Amino acid sequence: MVDQSPDTEELEGIPSPDGTTQLIETEYEIGEDNVEGSLGPFGFDIHNPVFLISGLSIVAFVFYTLALPEQSNALFSWLFGAVTKGFDWFFLGAANIFVLFCLVLIVTPWGNVRLGGTEATPDYSYIGWFAMLFAAGMGIGLMFYGVSEPMSHFSSSLGGTAAEDGVRTDWAPLGAAAGDTDAAVRLGMAATIFHWGLHPWAIYAIVALSLALFSYNKGLPLTIRSAFYPIFGDAVWGWVGHIIDTLAVFATLFGLATSLGFGATQANAGLNELFGLPVGSTTEVVLISVITAIALVSVLRGLDGGVKVLSEINMGLAFLLLLFVLLVGPTVYLVKLFFSSLGAYLQYLPALSNPVGREDVNFMQGWTSFYWAWWISWSPFVGMFIARVSRGRTVREFIICVLLIPSMVCVLWMTVFGGTALHQVINDGYTLAQEAALELKLFKMLDVMPLAGITSLVGIMLVVVFFVTSSDSGSLVIDTITAGGKIDAPVPQRAFWCIFEGAVAIVLLLSAGGLQSLQSMVISTGLPFTVVLLLMCVAIGKGLSSERRSVKDAA
Amino acid sequence: MFKKILSPVDLAHVDKLNKALAVTGELARTYGAEVCFVGVTGSTPSELARTPEEYRKQLESFAAEQRTTLGVPTSSHAIVSHDPAVQMNQELEDAVTEIGADLVVMATHPPGVSDYFWSGHGAHLAAHSAASVMLIRG
Repeated sequence: MVDQSPDTEELEGIPSPDGTTQLIETEYEIGEDNVEGSLGPFGFDIHNPVFLISGLSIVAFVFYTLALPEQSNALFSWLFGAVTKGFDWFFLGAANIFVLFCLVLIVTPWGNVRLGGTEATPDYSYIGWFAMLFAAGMGIGLMFYGVSEPMSHFSSSLGGTAAEDGVRTDWAPLGAAAGDTDAAVRLGMAATIFHWGLHPWAIYAIVALSLALFSYNKGLPLTIRSAFYPIFGDAVWGWVGHIIDTLAVFATLFGLATSLGFGATQANAGLNELFGLPVGSTTEVVLISVITAIALVSVLRGLDGGVKVLSEINMGLAFLLLLFVLLVGPTVYLVKLFFSSLGAYLQYLPALSNPVGREDVNFMQGWTSFYWAWWISWSPFVGMFIARVSRGRTVREFIICVLLIPSMVCVLWMTVFGGTALHQVINDGYTLAQEAALELKLFKMLDVMPLAGITSLVGIMLVVVFFVTSSDSGSLVIDTITAGGKIDAPVPQRAFWCIFEGAVAIVLLLSAGGLQSLQSMVISTGLPFTVVLLLMCVAIGKGLSSERRSVKDAA
Repeated sequence: MFKKILSPVDLAHVDKLNKALAVTGELARTYGAEVCFVGVTGSTPSELARTPEEYRKQLESFAAEQRTTLGVPTSSHAIVSHDPAVQMNQELEDAVTEIGADLVVMATHPPGVSDYFWSGHGAHLAAHSAASVMLIRG
């Protein structure tokens, strides 16, 4: 364990803190529970219970879904409904707390604390950093919902409210805007931005900040359990911690596998639209294999040579597509819409985020509550990845760059893609995008613009590369958690997780309804994680105030 | 013939370095060369050190210890890598240039099946760096 005698200290002991950070003193040594060895030619270094339990339970769950499809589907759908409908107030209320907590961090002196100690310097430039956190955070959703969500809210708002036995049966947000096109556009944009703006990024920021703080400043291993040290103390190295980490691995792997499945569906639809490639499981299996193969190359090339390069390429492509649609589309209309949407967002924000006494139950439970559970179930993965690349930033800088800037980019993205499609419907009477299936809306919108062939191809490439960047960063995260917080575990291990993820996605895709039911289950894990996130806010508060004290004492 | 010998060390497995360290010391004494110990760490806490700064100090004291044991001038050079498992080869290659080493002496494992997929760090250095490379089988 920790040997403080001076002659051996340089080799195995943990020297005293250097004054710029307030390290937590714990008897736990990183890698203590790890098993090292080799399997044939491949070496491994894994955290003993976590690796095995998460691996086996993932196999067990996949088997259960395949063996008893109807029963598992019924169980998971029930769970999903119970969670998003029964706890809607809890999700909405908690998300509001996260946003307020983040905003408070920006203005208080706690914002001065630097992740990694007072002398730490940032690992990545702003562009590389920003590209990575965006690509991991929501890239794919922007492709999927950029056109479809503003359109859905616009249509339902325009349709007005409908009620049966005093309960609203329509899906419109708030009080709807029956027959009033302008008001419906404003409400639709505000509701979309609400789901992609401050709240999701605040959720990610909380997880990322607590992991970065407890790892870089407090010297605890980079795993989810470390954030709970101020609450559970040394018990986090035991079963409490194993359960937390296993849950995180579970949510991450299934979250990625299900998204990989749905991404393959969208890419397939796009390829069918463009080249007439057949839609079906063969094409989708090939697509998942290709995506996994690219992700494998990326994880083997590492964080700087693979993940970062792909993220930057992706951001470049996405920006070009955005610029193209903005300039070729109704530019003046879009610029005006950007500001009016932003205004509408601020105007409707209090009403949209109100957790109790709402009349628009379908919108609140089917959209908002679903989204919050979805973001929260993804937060261990995205948060941990953001933490990994954020060393050397101050808390204030971190929150501004993880909360405010991505929110603004989402507003811009939704305005340009959704706004163009709305303009097509309202001014040109072109309704194909409005009527198309969810995964086709983007391509139908691009269809009536110049160079449709090229832009659609770029769209498909973006879908694929966004999946690769989620898949590779996810593999790195799972590998780190299952190695007990070590980032230098043998390389075959991360290759294993990457391939395993693709394999799970293929198996689930081939089973009837397997993806759907497991996605319901993943989203249900959002509920326990909401409690986890609330506890994290407390831990962050404790951690930051002790950091502030130590920095003051040192000065 | 040689002025500066680079000796990559893994502080987590110092026990496996004895043979390589003995050879390094002997060569350094023969040619009157300085030995620079290079170690790679991640920015996250590891089993060795909880901050990169701690790691740097550990490597420094390791070098100081070897100065007495081997009886040659030593120095140390800690590298903080974003992804040590993968970027080790490149980091070591850069270190050779940065330090201006003309000889690398490092411990290595006997070649096995896995070397068809991932060759050792020594093999990479021999193929890509300007310095002479000597691999000591453990």
